[in-house]
Parts: sequence; structure tokens; C-alpha cells
Amino acid sequence: MNHGIFEKNSLILLIGILIVVSIGGIVQIAPLFMLSSTIEKVEGMRPYSPLEQAGRDIYVREGCYNCHSQMIRSLRDEVERYGHYSLAAESMYDHPFQWSSKRTGPDLARIGGKYSDAWHTEHMRQPKSVVSASIMPAYPHLETTPLDYSNIQDKLKTLQFIGVPYTDEMIAKAAADIEAQIAPDTPAAKELLARYPKAQVRKFDGQSPGEGVKPTELDAMIAYLQMLGTLVDFTKFDASGPNLR
Amino acid sequence: MSATAAVKPALSNALAMGSAAVFAALGVFLAVNGVDPVMNLHGALLALASVLALIYIFTHQTEERSGYLDGPIRVATLAAVFWGVIGFAAGDFIAWQLAFPALNFDLPWTTFGRLRPLHTSAVIFAFGGNVLLATSFYVVQRTSRARMPGRWSPWFVIWGYQLFIVLAATSYVLGATQGKEYAEPEWHVDIFLTIVWVTYLLVFLGTLWKREEPHIYVANWFYLAFIVTVAMLHLVNGLSVPVSFLGSQSYPVMAGVQAAMTQWWYGHNAVGFFLTAGFLGIMYYFVPKRVERPVYSYRLSIVHFWSLIFLYIWAGPHHLHYTALPDWAQTLGMTFSIMLWMPSWGGMINGLMTLSGAWDRLRTDPVVRLLVVSVAFYGMSTFEGPLMSIKAVNSLSHYTDWTIGHVHSGALGWVGMVSFGAIYCLVPWLWKREGLYSIKLVEWHFWLSTIGIVLYITSMWVAGITQGLMWRAYDNLGFLKSFAPSAGFCSSSVAS
Repeated sequence: MNHGIFEKNSLILLIGILIVVSIGGIVQIAPLFMLSSTIEKVEGMRPYSPLEQAGRDIYVREGCYNCHSQMIRSLRDEVERYGHYSLAAESMYDHPFQWSSKRTGPDLARIGGKYSDAWHTEHMRQPKSVVSASIMPAYPHLETTPLDYSNIQDKLKTLQFIGVPYTDEMIAKAAADIEAQIAPDTPAAKELLARYPKAQVRKFDGQSPGEGVKPTELDAMIAYLQMLGTLVDFTKFDASGPNLR
Repeated sequence: MSATAAVKPALSNALAMGSAAVFAALGVFLAVNGVDPVMNLHGALLALASVLALIYIFTHQTEERSGYLDGPIRVATLAAVFWGVIGFAAGDFIAWQLAFPALNFDLPWTTFGRLRPLHTSAVIFAFGGNVLLATSFYVVQRTSRARMPGRWSPWFVIWGYQLFIVLAATSYVLGATQGKEYAEPEWHVDIFLTIVWVTYLLVFLGTLWKREEPHIYVANWFYLAFIVTVAMLHLVNGLSVPVSFLGSQSYPVMAGVQAAMTQWWYGHNAVGFFLTAGFLGIMYYFVPKRVERPVYSYRLSIVHFWSLIFLYIWAGPHHLHYTALPDWAQTLGMTFSIMLWMPSWGGMINGLMTLSGAWDRLRTDPVVRLLVVSVAFYGMSTFEGPLMSIKAVNSLSHYTDWTIGHVHSGALGWVGMVSFGAIYCLVPWLWKREGLYSIKLVEWHFWLSTIGIVLYITSMWVAGITQGLMWRAYDNLGFLKSFAPSAGFCSSSVAS
């Protein structure tokens, strides 16, 4: 074939380039949306509660992914250290995904429940106080900054628009649910638990809960960390079952 | 091309001033009505830049037009050096933070998590991007024997790109990010970059359309592939929906496994097209020019070009081995990454063999040495890449500092050195000087950077491989060894 065609016509060259560079992406990305085996069928996955989502937004804002992965690979040492390997289903509501590519600190995909709230509070205040060799930055301002959740409804609405199965009720109650998640043993908290099963309800940052107590950014952050990896019930998960890899 | 003529393109001037006025109005609107500080600041910056542009255009309506348009190239060249210093300093600083975490200063704006994107964006997009803008505008005009079209569009590309850099950098420090590596800028910054980038494509294509040479030179194939493919990657991976059109926060449209695949399709081809194809354009112009020899093989250039751009786009999944990405995609990614070794080395051979008959220049001209050693580093890191894409190797290297070392052998060794080689050629040409200020300093530059890069890579090999081995170390009873020196941190999770 005469290559001169491409060298003498910039538009033909341009079209040639576009065709050649499109193929790989189409073959690799499009099937992931079409093959039902891409995301496993599991029990327990639900959208993040508003407080968890607010905490996740802080996690993204602070760039935690620069040092922490949320993806346990299917390798023996990782499974023994961190727990069951991560399933695609477990990040199906993650906008953006936070698998990360670097482990300067440990993987956090199943950090939920491994440490107490008090540990996390100390750790955010001064990481070295609980892990002497830690090189993580301190985040003392999280516990002193009130959580701004004035636009939490808009956030959930946006997420609903791009496919997260929030119901209209969840959106309507978003702000109330944030307050409910730090107010244990209240009727509002019971409602929250009906909407978001397995959500953990307490004042996470060590302050005492009560009437009119507002959430801090640390509440949101710890609420998010404490639920990571806790949703899927692995006693009911069959890795060799139908529609699974 | 040398006749001088004073022209006053009324339509261009009016269009440019109109656009600047629209941008200024939009900036003021966002500065006042934005719902978060990032949007307020960005509105103000946009308004300020647009007003300055408006004043400049108003006072410079008549243009002395002679030969090629080199003004924007001079700005981009200086900008490349300026952002280079900032980007390298930022990288150095965050490395010190890893050794001495007190340097995070316990403040939200100075943590590693916010500054690391500042470093990566500054070196890749600010330093590398300006080198690409400068050299592509220089090369496309010379090899087409045509002046860039437009009175103001090339200037908009250059200054609009600098504004994009400032917008991106300020958002990271203030915590506005999409949380995807090398694609951190928020939705409104992405849109602004898209406008700049499309103008860039049109200026580049427009120069090709005006060309007086029948053939489009090989360097321009690579530049064109870089420009259009980066546009495609940016548009698809950047798809997101803002929470409010007056706020900086947005959520990416894709989630989980599809988002991961798309992100690394984007991420690896930021390497493949931004940091490779574009810089190969530099190699194909500056190496032959500097050593005054033709490109070694025309046929190899053709094979190199098409195979490289076809294969690169498949390599993304090697960033996701053993993850929740389906195995078929991982295997495809690994296979194509290994195949990619061949065009990469084909290109390296084409670049190196261009020195046939002029090898003595390696001894006498340190600028040639920078260019040639950059191609050698290119060869080394494009061998290391396919190696690390093999699943068994990747199971050890992934998540460790080996990856960081690999990136830097490509970024400092290949991109950095070929850039400085090109800048050392460009500056005397653009400012019409006899030669560089001091060849001796170029010698120092060459040796310091070569030795520095080798020390960097080797220490990261040792660090990364040690990390990988420690993570999978078992004691003689079959238990995972705890590597965290503090009690309770990882040992507690061993039991689970």
C-alpha cells in the first residue's frame, strides 16, 4: 500500500490515526458494560449513607488514594493480611473508584471494624501516637471542622442521575439521615437503618451525642472508614457460583 | 517567508476581543455567584486573565508579519523551564515529606495527598506540555514551510494552557479533585482545557493545510497522533456530572471496575501519547537536525508510527493485574504490553542509528549526548515496562516504589533529557543567538542528571523489590511476617 496517501492528506492521516487508536479502547472497555459476569451478584451492597458519602468525598478531597489502595488482589499474602479479595461489586457505587496504584500505607478496602473509633480519632490527630513508624500526615483539622452538608441532597441527586440506586425518599431525607447517623437510639436513626442496612450509628469522633449536636468532618471520615468492606456477606458468597468468575 | 508586512486583521481582532470579553464576563459571574471558594477563585482568575488579554489585544491590533510565528513558541519555551523548576521542586519536596512527615505541617493545604498531584501535573502537563507546545509549533511550521494560521489563536493556545495549569494547581491545593491519577482537574477546568486543546488541534492542522511541502514530515504524524488521542482520552475519561453548575465538585459518570479500566486506558496512554508519541515527534526532528543526518530508515518510521499508536492503547489493564478487573481484560493488557516492546525498540533504533556517520558528535556536543542518552533511557524503560506488565512480575512490583522508579526512568531519563536537548537547540534558534551561554554548563547538566537518574532508578529498584518481598514474606511456621514495626497495626490483621 502506498503510504503517500497519509503523508499528503492531513485529514486522511487524521482519520487513519483515529481509527487505529480507537480499536483497543472499544474492545477492552465496551464489553465491561455488556457482559453480566463483569460485576458479581452479591448480597449486601447498597449505596453509601449520606454521612458515609460525605466522608468518602473528604477521602477523595485529601487525596488518600495517593498512598492507600482499596483493592485486595487475589494473592495469598494479600488475602491473609487484608481479608477476602475485593470483588468488582464492592466498588460498583464508587464515583470515583479509589482502587489506587500505590501502597505507602496499608490497603483500606476492609479497614471497617478493624480499629476502634478512638483509634481512628487519635490516628487522624497524630498518626504516630498509635503507629510509631507512621509517615502519614496528620489531619487535626478534621475534628474541628463542622461538616458542610448543605448540598448533600444535590450530591445524592447527582449520584442518582449517574446510576447509583438512591430512592427519592433517600434523597429527600439526606440531610436528616446525616444528623441521624450520629444520634443513636433515636427514631430517626431507626429510619436510617431501614434505608441503609448495616449502617453504623454513633458519634464517631469521640464527642458525646445529643440534641442539636452537629457532625464534624471527622465523623464523616470515620463513618466511611468503619463501613469499608463490611457490606458483602462472604458467608453467602460462592466464588464458583453461576455468573461468577 | 521573509518579507515583512504590517497587517491589521480586523475580523481576527474583533473575534479575539469578543471572546476575551465573554470569558471575562463568565469569570466575573463565577467569581460572584460560585458556591465554593474554588469556583470563586477560578472565576476571578479567568476574569483577570481575560481582561489582561483584552487590553493586550486592543493595544496590539497591528502586527508586523514576517516569516514564521515564533512569539508563542518563545513563551512556551520559557514556561516549560519555569514550570519545570516548580514541578521538580515539588517532587523533591514531597519526597522529603515521605522521610520527614513533619514537613506536612499539619495543614490541609500542604499534605502529601494534595501536593503529589501538584507534582505529577506540574511535570507532566506543565513542563512536558509546554515543551510539546513549543516544539510542535516550531516543527510544524518549519517542516511545512508555512506560518501558523490565525492572529490570536496560537497565543490563546499558549496562554490558555498556562491558565489551565494555574487553575489545576490551585484546585489541588484547595482540595478540589476528581480523585483519578493524572486526571485530577475538576469538571470546569476540564472543559476549559478542552477549549484550549481543540484550538491547538485546529492551529496545528491549519498549519498542515497551508503547507508548501507536499509530504507531511514524520515528526508531525507523531504530534498529530498525540494531539487527537489525548483529546479522545481526556473527553472519555473526564465524563462527569457537576453537583452544581456553580460549584467545583463533580462525580465521574463511571464507577468501579469500568471506571478503573477507563482510567488506566487514559492513564497509560497519557504515558503512551503525551509522554511518548509527542516526544518521539521531538526525536524525529531534533536528532536529525542536530547531527545533520537524515532519519535512519523511512520504512522503519512508518512501521514504528502505526504499530506504536495501535498497540499502546491496549496496554492499560496491566495497571490492574489480579484486581477485580475480569481476567480476559488483564490478559489482553499484558499481551499487548509485551508486544509494545517491539515498536518501542524499533523507534529507539531509528533514533540512535540516525547518528550513523556522526557518532563523533557524542564526544563533541553535549546537546547531542542529552538527546541520544534520552533515547537510550527510552529503550531501557520500554523494556522494563513490558517486563513489569507480566502478571507474575507485576504481582511483586505493583503498589511498590518500583513503579515510581520505572515512571521516573521514563519521565526524567527519556522525557526530561530529550526535552532539555530540544530546549538547548531551540533557544539559540528562537532568540537568534550564536550559541548557548555555556557549553560547559550543558556538560554539567548532562552528567549530573545522568548520574542522578541512575541513582534514583537503582535505589527505587532496591526499595520496591524489597517492599514486594517483605509483603509476601512468611515465617517458618507458615504465618505472614509482620512488617510494621509498631505493635498491633498489621499483626492484628494477620489473625483475621
